[in-house]
Amino acid sequence: MADEIQMKTAAYICSGCGLGDKLDIAQLGKIAQKEGKMALVREHAFLCNSAGVQMIRDDIEKEGVTHVCIAACSRRAKTEAFHFPTVAMTRANLREGVIWVVAEGSDHDEVRQEMADDYVRMGCAELKKMKLPQGNPNTTRLKSILVVGGGMSGLTAAFEAAESGYEVVIVEKQARLGGWANKLWKRVPFKAPYADPQDTGVAGLAARVSSHPRIRVHLNSTVAETSGAPGRFTVKVAQESGAVTEEAVGAIVQATGFTTYDIAKLPELGGGQANVVDQAGLEALAQTANGGVLKRADGKEVKSVVFLQCAGQRDESGKHLAYCSGHCCATSIKQAMYFKDANPDTDTVVMYTDLRVPGMGEDFYRSAQRKGVIFTKGKASGVEAVGSSCKVNFKDLILDEDTSLDADLVVLATGQVPSAGVDLDAWNKVVSEAEGGSEAAKQNKSELQKTSILNLTYRQGPDMPQFKYGFADSHFICFPYETRRTGIYAAGPVRRPMDMLQATEDATGAALKAIQAVENASLGRAAHPRSGDLSFPIVRLEGCTQCKRCTVECPFGAIDEDERRFPVFNEQRCRRCGTCMGACPVRVISFENYSVDTVGNQLKAVEIPDEFSEKPRVLILACENDAYPALDMAGLSRTVYSAFVRIIPVRCLGSVNTIWITDALNSGYDGVMMMGCKKGDDYQCHFVKGSELASYRMSKIGDTLTGMGLEPERVSSYEVAITDNERVAKFINDYVAQLVEMGPSPMKGFG
Amino acid sequence: MSDSNKQAIAHYRNNFLKEVEDHVEDGEWVRMCMQCGVCAGSCPFGPHWEHSPQKIFMMIRAGKREEVLSSDSMWMCTSCYNCIVRCPRKLPITHIMHGLAHYAHRLGIAPKGQPTREIARLFWVNLARTGRVNELKFSLAMYFKDGFVQGIKNALAMQGIGIGLMKARRLNPMELLGGHKCKDKDGIHKMIAKAREIEERKQKFV
Repeated sequence: MADEIQMKTAAYICSGCGLGDKLDIAQLGKIAQKEGKMALVREHAFLCNSAGVQMIRDDIEKEGVTHVCIAACSRRAKTEAFHFPTVAMTRANLREGVIWVVAEGSDHDEVRQEMADDYVRMGCAELKKMKLPQGNPNTTRLKSILVVGGGMSGLTAAFEAAESGYEVVIVEKQARLGGWANKLWKRVPFKAPYADPQDTGVAGLAARVSSHPRIRVHLNSTVAETSGAPGRFTVKVAQESGAVTEEAVGAIVQATGFTTYDIAKLPELGGGQANVVDQAGLEALAQTANGGVLKRADGKEVKSVVFLQCAGQRDESGKHLAYCSGHCCATSIKQAMYFKDANPDTDTVVMYTDLRVPGMGEDFYRSAQRKGVIFTKGKASGVEAVGSSCKVNFKDLILDEDTSLDADLVVLATGQVPSAGVDLDAWNKVVSEAEGGSEAAKQNKSELQKTSILNLTYRQGPDMPQFKYGFADSHFICFPYETRRTGIYAAGPVRRPMDMLQATEDATGAALKAIQAVENASLGRAAHPRSGDLSFPIVRLEGCTQCKRCTVECPFGAIDEDERRFPVFNEQRCRRCGTCMGACPVRVISFENYSVDTVGNQLKAVEIPDEFSEKPRVLILACENDAYPALDMAGLSRTVYSAFVRIIPVRCLGSVNTIWITDALNSGYDGVMMMGCKKGDDYQCHFVKGSELASYRMSKIGDTLTGMGLEPERVSSYEVAITDNERVAKFINDYVAQLVEMGPSPMKGFG
Repeated sequence: MSDSNKQAIAHYRNNFLKEVEDHVEDGEWVRMCMQCGVCAGSCPFGPHWEHSPQKIFMMIRAGKREEVLSSDSMWMCTSCYNCIVRCPRKLPITHIMHGLAHYAHRLGIAPKGQPTREIARLFWVNLARTGRVNELKFSLAMYFKDGFVQGIKNALAMQGIGIGLMKARRLNPMELLGGHKCKDKDGIHKMIAKAREIEERKQKFV
């Protein structure tokens, strides 16, 4: 074990990139030796070149160095040169963090040097508390992938994963593979010239999947229970007959798709009338017509048809779906073509408020216009049954008048409603009521459980957390397919509304994510976004007070509870954000290379000038995903900011333990800035909930500060995006100016 | 109501779009409009039109035959071609406007006394007669288009310019008597008749 090897520290100070011109390198070396207590201190004029790197390698091999502090550029720079996987390493950021951001000129020599001195002190202090991560010992070789749902998305995910060499198990609720695609007459075209509806191709895909040597299919089946973690999921597959089979899989793709919005909820648009159908209803008529003239349910040939777009969608009244389902305009265009292709004389009107045809849909739209489909910009106010036909009353938005159209058939373009299972907010409420003894709540709970898709045995509920409108939470730009349940990936309309082409692309992406997950789990490494990280949370259970904060706050449901309510960590589910570490009031959770001590030691290593020096000190805890890169970018663009700040990167603001704040203020810092990602509905937090939790925790810190006799403004929070290099410098300068006005912290000198 | 108008109504019933596609120059483009409104926003005469091109296209699709054909909107087009240049769907909007105006004119339901229509009509009559434009007769025809008294008033108001033009030998009062003409007048007449025949066939009037 590495622990048994004697720790030997070494600091390497680079004088390249202008560091030697701006800083007293010899003094930095002395600090590393005397204050940092580094066993070995070396200077180099060009540390990242082959000679510099070789020098470090030689020391590791011949001198037995186990801990390396590199005082040079940012930890985000020269990562390939400074790649020493066998030792623990810290980086003191003297380039992006000091010489590039402190104002030019000899007037600033003193503060610049002080800043560099402190970063060397901090690097050495952190290093001594670090261990080389050993990786999660609980690895598995289980690499098969479960796909829940056998529709277009599920089939694609299964096929792609199987073709990549992984065993796949499909669970499909219905008796046949294909899902919604089975119910379509044709699909919208995926390829140039985007002119005509195409065969769905689902039969062929289903056949390829069914006969694939690496795919097994469970039809008429649902998932009765899912337990475990990436690399070791155990899934109970329940057949309609009642038989239960157990499957062991490494990762899960949930492609459970959608249902259509119920047209019975749209009586004002004729929902419920005999000659009003939704798009699914029209597909059924088209399948019956089998390429011929479309007939209504009563057998009458359709001579005129009106498609009403956004039926029960993009609704601002709160009664219907608030969102746009994305596919319905193109779907209506396709369906209008069914009529025009069978009989060009059919009066075919698509009524829209704005036509949204993503991808190459614009060509498809033009093709429909060429075929003679009439597009009317209007908003329907009602559909009346008149004799055996329908009258559509609408407002013509171009001509600005109320008018009407007669049609044999009206098609409502209703939206997609995700089949994402149980809403965990509702679930948690019912669970806590049920625990309180309410019989009604217990009943509710078992009703809810019946609607679950994955039936996870996780402490945090049976399904994936949902985002807006009941879709599975998944960052639609930055991290599609990622969910808040590690190793379980959402694909297709279950995570956002989409068409078939998008769903197949989505499924391919999710299959790749699942493959990454099983591979990472087999190596004991973290999954996205700290992919490859070998550290994992270690808990000192003897200190635990069973407060449950870690189990509640973990954004990924990684921590269960045992019967005595102690936390049970499932390392494979963990994303290594450290939110549990930040939550723990007794500070018993840590990582080998990131802990309450590694950060605490850094902030305490800073030399705090006395209250008469007029040199305030501000601690910045910066999220390493966005805020720290933005600070580096500020350096890269030579944006000057105050030399009174000392920056410590953190894995996520969620990992910030309040002890760091109180320690900092007790040691005489004048203020603390917390920089993290945007939170809320359009969050940018890489760990989804980290910045939100941090903000919640910090909202409670005001009382503590007042209790210490400090102004609440001494701790401030900022949302910083990766592009905010200019803004972040302004935040710093404004805050330092505010602190100067406020005067030095009264805690100075007591630390 | 003119016979051709009655026939058109009988033939197309309420499918005005089809009628436009058949009989209006470039009318087959109307279905391709996507109602973005760039033409309406680009037209320098925009505020003076009763209906913008965008609305005209929508009205055609909505079957508003009388409103479109009796509108003076298409007659307001100055052929600046802004709309054609900007139309994202590449509709030849200027041409369609002229086509619609022409169609309305030939059905006899274009607005009476619309100045653009009137000047175009007088110009054509003047030109087609001799194969040359007789500017004096054309000017006088314009002066007197709103009646004799108004014609005298117009002529008196313009007399200074007229005398100036005569002095500069830009206007010959003798033109009032017949005036100059092209060498082969009959040939011109035949040519025009042939062109009309081709055009009628192209626009399905025969």
